[in-house]
Amino acid sequence: MPDSIEAGQAEKLQGSPVERREDPELLTGEATFTDDMEPRGTVHMAVLRSQYGHARIESIDTSAAEELDGVLAVYTADDVAASEAPGQIEPIWLLPDLKRPPYPMLARDKARYQGQPVAVAVADDRYRASDAVDAIDVTYDRLEAVTGAREATDEDAPTIHEEAPENVAAEWDVGDEEATDEAFENADRTVSVDLVNQRLLPTAMEPRVTLANYRPSADELVVHMGTQCPHLHRRFMADMLDFPEQKMRVIAPEVGGGFGSKDSAHPDEALTAWCSLQLERPVKWQATRTEAYASTGHGRGQETTAEIAVDEDGSIQALRVETYGDLGGYLSTWGPLMPAHGYALMLPGQYDVENVYCEVTEVFTNATPTEPYRGAGRPEASYVIERLATLAARELDMDPVEFRRKNFISRDDFPHETATGLLYDSGDYDKTLDRAIEMADLEALREKQADLREEGRYLGIGISCYNESCGYGPSEIIGQIGGQLGLYENGVVRFHPSGSVTVYCGTSGHGQGHETTYAQIVADELGVDYDDIEVIEGDTDEVPMGMGTYGSRSVSVGGSAIVEASREVVEKAGTIAAHHLEVSEEDLEFEDGEFQITGAPARSMTIQEVAREAYLAHDLPDGTSPGLEATNFYDPENLVFPFGTHIVVVEVDPDTGEVDIERYVAVDDCGNQINPKIVEGQVHGAIAQGLGQGLFEGVEYDENGTLLTGSMQDYTLPKAFQVPEYETDHTVTPSPHNPLGAKGIGEAGTIAAPPAVVNAVTDALQPFGIDHIDMPLTDETVWQAIQHATAEPGGAD
Amino acid sequence: MTHHDIELSVNGTEHELSVEPRTLLAHALRDELGYTGTNVGCETTMCGACTVLLDGDAVKSCTVLAVQADGAEVKTVEGLSDDGEFHPLQKSFQKEHGLQCGYCTPGMMMTALDVLEDNPDPDDAEIREALEGNICRCTGYQNIINAVKSAADDMGGVSGAD
Repeated sequence: MPDSIEAGQAEKLQGSPVERREDPELLTGEATFTDDMEPRGTVHMAVLRSQYGHARIESIDTSAAEELDGVLAVYTADDVAASEAPGQIEPIWLLPDLKRPPYPMLARDKARYQGQPVAVAVADDRYRASDAVDAIDVTYDRLEAVTGAREATDEDAPTIHEEAPENVAAEWDVGDEEATDEAFENADRTVSVDLVNQRLLPTAMEPRVTLANYRPSADELVVHMGTQCPHLHRRFMADMLDFPEQKMRVIAPEVGGGFGSKDSAHPDEALTAWCSLQLERPVKWQATRTEAYASTGHGRGQETTAEIAVDEDGSIQALRVETYGDLGGYLSTWGPLMPAHGYALMLPGQYDVENVYCEVTEVFTNATPTEPYRGAGRPEASYVIERLATLAARELDMDPVEFRRKNFISRDDFPHETATGLLYDSGDYDKTLDRAIEMADLEALREKQADLREEGRYLGIGISCYNESCGYGPSEIIGQIGGQLGLYENGVVRFHPSGSVTVYCGTSGHGQGHETTYAQIVADELGVDYDDIEVIEGDTDEVPMGMGTYGSRSVSVGGSAIVEASREVVEKAGTIAAHHLEVSEEDLEFEDGEFQITGAPARSMTIQEVAREAYLAHDLPDGTSPGLEATNFYDPENLVFPFGTHIVVVEVDPDTGEVDIERYVAVDDCGNQINPKIVEGQVHGAIAQGLGQGLFEGVEYDENGTLLTGSMQDYTLPKAFQVPEYETDHTVTPSPHNPLGAKGIGEAGTIAAPPAVVNAVTDALQPFGIDHIDMPLTDETVWQAIQHATAEPGGAD
Repeated sequence: MTHHDIELSVNGTEHELSVEPRTLLAHALRDELGYTGTNVGCETTMCGACTVLLDGDAVKSCTVLAVQADGAEVKTVEGLSDDGEFHPLQKSFQKEHGLQCGYCTPGMMMTALDVLEDNPDPDDAEIREALEGNICRCTGYQNIINAVKSAADDMGGVSGAD
């Protein structure tokens, strides 16, 4: 990996580790996050949240709160009902026969998770708003609660929604059940495992925040918010408030991380806007960390029984999976997606599996609704198949590497159609595995492991070969499988008369360095100086349309949109240049920003000169309109499938259960890279979050639905001294499905690391007969597993 | 609620302000004085995004009362660069790609500044331990460690630390 460079040092910008243009503002404190803004007259909203996981709301007395100094208003569900706002969150992913109980902005009769908004107060500063919330008196009739998806389907579990008496929102399946059952009957061996993919708190460092400003004179609502998808949030809010979409502007200023937690509609953002409509002045709300943990969507939350059927030679015959997906108290915007299409379609992983069947039950529980979290379904799928691959190899007494190799989809078998209906675009799984083995020096590690065991020390090596689906759409397919949106992207490339360029993209970065990356792409496409290109995202008034940034779709879909728009601009410029150079367009070549006549390079015109002519418009070819810009709506022809191999080496102390990560090797393939420095940064960050799931993080509720991990003091996030130095490398297998040959990288580590680390720890603990431990593998969990195993010598967990 | 008149010197500028007893230093800096570079990420002293230097020591301003800081000298991220010239930490964070969303970055740099004053030539493990009170959710820390090391080299010891 070369060091970062300044833009002017690179001949070709795509593929160069250009320093980020986003950084200077962020490094000086000049960058503006939403909470940094305070327009004249701003008042502050605070939210009263249900303290119970499940309770009937008998009465709400707001009188004491209303009398406090500085309090402008206190609102309950009755006030929302009395307004014209429908006030309800709608899911945008629908499965057949999905139960859709209403999810109101404010709980009316019943609260169904701790943290659900019950009332809001608006006051002249944030402290007084908080005082007012404290003064609201709610009488609750506490009800029996249930958390945990499987438990919620028990016959005696309390009913959460009348519309779903069994607490089941949807039952859904994929694959061929009959063929899979038959393959299981005929296979030499089968292995099964129960897995929990625990709930996680995404924990963007900036909690969710909204500043809504309704200006009655213009009948216009301007909303600044921490969002990953301003246009989608504009639509969500327009629907929830019944406000005209064209009169609403949503702007994402600097956004302090998202990881999926800022791509869904929540009650709070819409409530802020609703309060601004009521009070006709700017209203601001920023979640405290504690309320963020209770109310921002949680990630993952799946309970699975998974089985694999293999023959003695190590070939996988079939895969059978039953999963309970925990949706929480309500359907979140994207809630039904993750346990179904987001997860189950990816179960075969890197392997050629002919028979797959997966049955999913999506369940309501008295917990915060689940939403996408970095990877959103793919980490859960990879966890299942990578645990099974390791366990199956163990059952057959095969090297886990050889087991994987034997079952890989061959590099010559792409595009490859999976038994779950996906079409993998390109891949070379042996290549990343080979490189990772080489970097780790696996053979030496195995020797070291054997030597240390002689000394009573327990080294473990975990391998995880992952692939990922990203770059969602295409839109038509998204519609066919339940998505209530198109997953294209919009790009605009606009020359100015001066020859400089502004690029607009419908994605919305929040730390990924899009402004740098997109400027690199356009600089190469147009041959215009990098510094003469401005990139704008995250504003519904500036960017015509956008679906936003999540699921590693920005470069492959958004980047492709601006490539296509750039090429349309060059085409129009070519027409104008040919006219001025008095040749036919076929006789022109475009290179490094210049149109040259083939064979007569002395006669040429730069694209900036063409731009000036295009805006001067005194002498344009017949039928050519003035101006030089293009708007492209890019709908991808297929998903893209990045992949890689991660190897983690741990040492487990059997006396304390402590897991020490000795090494972490990651070899990823995301196709062509635009900015390798940014790619590497994404790899690092995702590995840390994946290790967080593997070793530290996990949401805990008690039996009443009370969130036990409600602050950073109770929920362990990886710290600098708890993660290793990452050893990274990459291979390049371009995607044939987009003009950049790019895939996606943001989620790789969150997908690869959890199974890698569980495989490593259970590998270390083989002498104790421990095959599986549920995440997070905290010292206590591991110690308990060892104690349990020691108590029953030779017995597996 | 009663108010207290306090004085704060922030990045060398004297301020007089009137705050409630419960006003947090983070909010006094951000909401009263407009130093919004200091970000608030939790209210439990855990994440470190709001770290500032208080009389030279790194503190988390989300759990210091503004009245406790009466008469103190505060240094925030806005005071890091000198006449438009980036501090070595600012340079190295950009060069080493030590930030992504940038929300934790001001706090991270303020802690690092304090660390380097105490230990001008820290090794990786020492930096990792020293940053235990600052959470970054984007970078996985490695490039932050590299940035602090690189800044330490550029600062060439304790004399360059301020």
